[in-house]
Amino acid sequence: MKKLSARRRHPLAALVVLLFALVASGGLYAAFAPAEKAQADSSAQSLAIDEGKRLFAVGCSSCHGLNGQGTTMGPSLVGVGSAAVDFQVGTGRMPAQQPGAQVPRKQPIYSQPEIDQLAAFVASLGPGPVTPTKDQYTATETDAIAKGGELFRTNCSQCHNFAGAGGALTQGKYAPSLENVDPKHIYEAMQTGPQNMPSFPDSTMPEKQKQEIVAFVRYQANEAPNPGGLSLGSLGPVTEGLFGWIFGLGVLIAIAIWVAAHTTKAKKS
Amino acid sequence: MSSSASAKTAAPASTRAKPANKAEAAADYLDGRLGIYSLAKSNLRKIFPDHWSFMLGEICLYTFIIIILTGVYLTLFFKPSMGEVVYNGSYAPLNGIRMSEAYASTLNISFEVRGGLLIRQIHHWAAIVFVAAMFVHMMRVFFTGAFRKPREINWIFGFLLLFLGFFDGFLGYSLPDDLLSGTGIRFMEGAILAVPLVGTYIAMFLFGGQFPGTDIVPRFFTIHVLLIPGVMLGLLVAHLILVFYHKHTQWAGPGRTEKNVVGMPLMPVYMAKAGGFFFLVFGIIAAMSAIASVNPVWAYGPYRPDQVSTDAQPDWYMGFAEGLIRVMPGWEIRAWGHTLNLGVFIPLMLFPLVLLMIAVYPFIEAWITGDKREHHILDRPRNAPVRTALGAAWISLYLVLLSGGGNDLIATHFHLSLNDITYFVRVGSFVVPVIVYFVTKRWCLGLQRRDKDKVLHGRETGVIKRLPHGEFIEVHAQLPQDKLHTLTAHEQYEPVELPAEVDENGVARKVGLMTKTRAKLSEGYFGEHGQIPKPTAEEHQEITSGHGHH
Repeated sequence: MKKLSARRRHPLAALVVLLFALVASGGLYAAFAPAEKAQADSSAQSLAIDEGKRLFAVGCSSCHGLNGQGTTMGPSLVGVGSAAVDFQVGTGRMPAQQPGAQVPRKQPIYSQPEIDQLAAFVASLGPGPVTPTKDQYTATETDAIAKGGELFRTNCSQCHNFAGAGGALTQGKYAPSLENVDPKHIYEAMQTGPQNMPSFPDSTMPEKQKQEIVAFVRYQANEAPNPGGLSLGSLGPVTEGLFGWIFGLGVLIAIAIWVAAHTTKAKKS
Repeated sequence: MSSSASAKTAAPASTRAKPANKAEAAADYLDGRLGIYSLAKSNLRKIFPDHWSFMLGEICLYTFIIIILTGVYLTLFFKPSMGEVVYNGSYAPLNGIRMSEAYASTLNISFEVRGGLLIRQIHHWAAIVFVAAMFVHMMRVFFTGAFRKPREINWIFGFLLLFLGFFDGFLGYSLPDDLLSGTGIRFMEGAILAVPLVGTYIAMFLFGGQFPGTDIVPRFFTIHVLLIPGVMLGLLVAHLILVFYHKHTQWAGPGRTEKNVVGMPLMPVYMAKAGGFFFLVFGIIAAMSAIASVNPVWAYGPYRPDQVSTDAQPDWYMGFAEGLIRVMPGWEIRAWGHTLNLGVFIPLMLFPLVLLMIAVYPFIEAWITGDKREHHILDRPRNAPVRTALGAAWISLYLVLLSGGGNDLIATHFHLSLNDITYFVRVGSFVVPVIVYFVTKRWCLGLQRRDKDKVLHGRETGVIKRLPHGEFIEVHAQLPQDKLHTLTAHEQYEPVELPAEVDENGVARKVGLMTKTRAKLSEGYFGEHGQIPKPTAEEHQEITSGHGHH
């Protein structure tokens, strides 16, 4: 003990104590910390994460950082969950072509298995919304469309328009058209709130209501018959006014010109 | 036959021969009671000049008739009630939804009533075309100066018809109580609330309490189907009677004067033309209604004050009001416990006065010209550059505001920023009309110069001639006499002179502000920058006699 106390004023004593403390606390943590998560990783899952990480490094990391931590070019992906990746990459929005007010939908670049790998990697960065299964986004009740319509008009139509035709937001941003959107992606959009959209987690909008909205959007934007004829884009009175001026009054004026040009010719007969 | 016998048996012996057939007998019967012969004699041979633009008013008349006919059919099935029902009908996506009877009966008209949807669409498309046709008709009258004496009152009637058409269209749009129409009524409530001091009271009175209440649809229904159409019908009849009374205007041309009308008689030519044109109009409107959907109420869903859809615009004619509201900054003044909502008050209460200016324009122009004569020969728009430029500026203001009303669709379809469009409309509603005014005026003056050149130097023949010394010239050909007449028939006003500064007694004359203003305006209209002096006969003589250089 004497030896130890004799060296207690040695210049490196503080460092040694610090090292001991670190080893002790680290060791204690390793012994007592919950280890379930690490154990739950199946080998297939970690393989997907590895593959996803490789894809991520090539296609995403230039904006989102090598570990998805985000850079000045793109936001952090920690905690966005696999649903966000499935939506953004599955609708072709990511990887983005260029910066701008909003990233548009386009032809997806990755195949679904690749998207799943990317999603697995991003999900491994932190817990977030999980990609839904088919049962989650498919409504079973017959009155789902009517109920979904009510929910849609309360929560969605102020930006996406009554028929899901989309609408403008500020500074060049917009709510996109919902035509031909995969039901899974509609569900994921509500879960994750991509870009300018607010998110509707299960705590504010239960899964069943989201199913009903999906059913309504699928019906309205894809299957709904148009008993009145051409829908003119379902954009309300603006396109109706244009149609009325061009094909209503325009045609009538053309006819008036024709009628006036074909009159009785008293002089020539 | 003795006279006593005839008095006994055939006392009312006709002065005419016995009717040849039953039709004549029937006509005789009616003439004896309604006096149709003298009416027909004086009117059936009425002459109307021929020009396509004179048929714009006919489009208005016929679409109005179509609207009334289809509207009557719709009233047979529409229930103007805000009573709540749960829908159970053939449009499955709304089954089980709570809605008003008005909305349910509109769905019923669209899906259950035979021909109901087609009639509804004819009614709505006809209304859109009706107002558009009135707008174009008014512009035709404006740009050709057909509003001048004796037609100023008829111009006002026409303007009132347009104005009432706006409102009745808006009320009709509000009746089905779908999400779009309810949003429109909400907009109107906001406009009423912005009236200083009494706004709240008027809104409470109109809605029978808080918005939306249960009274608004039945009240709007009565105004929409009875009050406004009744007034419009009266104005329309007066408008047509005045057209008959004043006789139709005509374009300048050989043989056409301020005292005659050159054209075709009503019977048989215009009876056939106008009758046929009615069916053409009805046919086009019916075809439109069969092809394209208008106001798909089933897609909007029933109105609920907590719901709204984007693309909630009014029909096109109210689009300027929508635009004004969209671009106006949300200013307000709070004082003495009251809020003056300038953001709504200025665009909806004050700014429409600017648009109303066109209604009083005939009186302003008559005051400037001081012309008390009747005018039945139309002006070519180029020959009244200031008037044409003012009209074009007015239209451009309307269009700028209209684009403000559709700013969201312009933003999404042309990939622009909504905010930029809003800023553009804010500045543009002041700047664009001024630019349009000057461009149009210069354009008119250019066309006047072109006319003058044609009159004096003839038209270009396209024949190139080489002179002995090598110069190339294009041969010009003299215009025929009738063309020369048409191009020079317009008269040109002299600008009003200010009275001399001192009167005949050498006393300084007091010149009122109005007189000065009038002289200034007159100079602008008819001074050297307002019109190109038309060629005189002497100028023409001199150039065509061969002494000129051409």
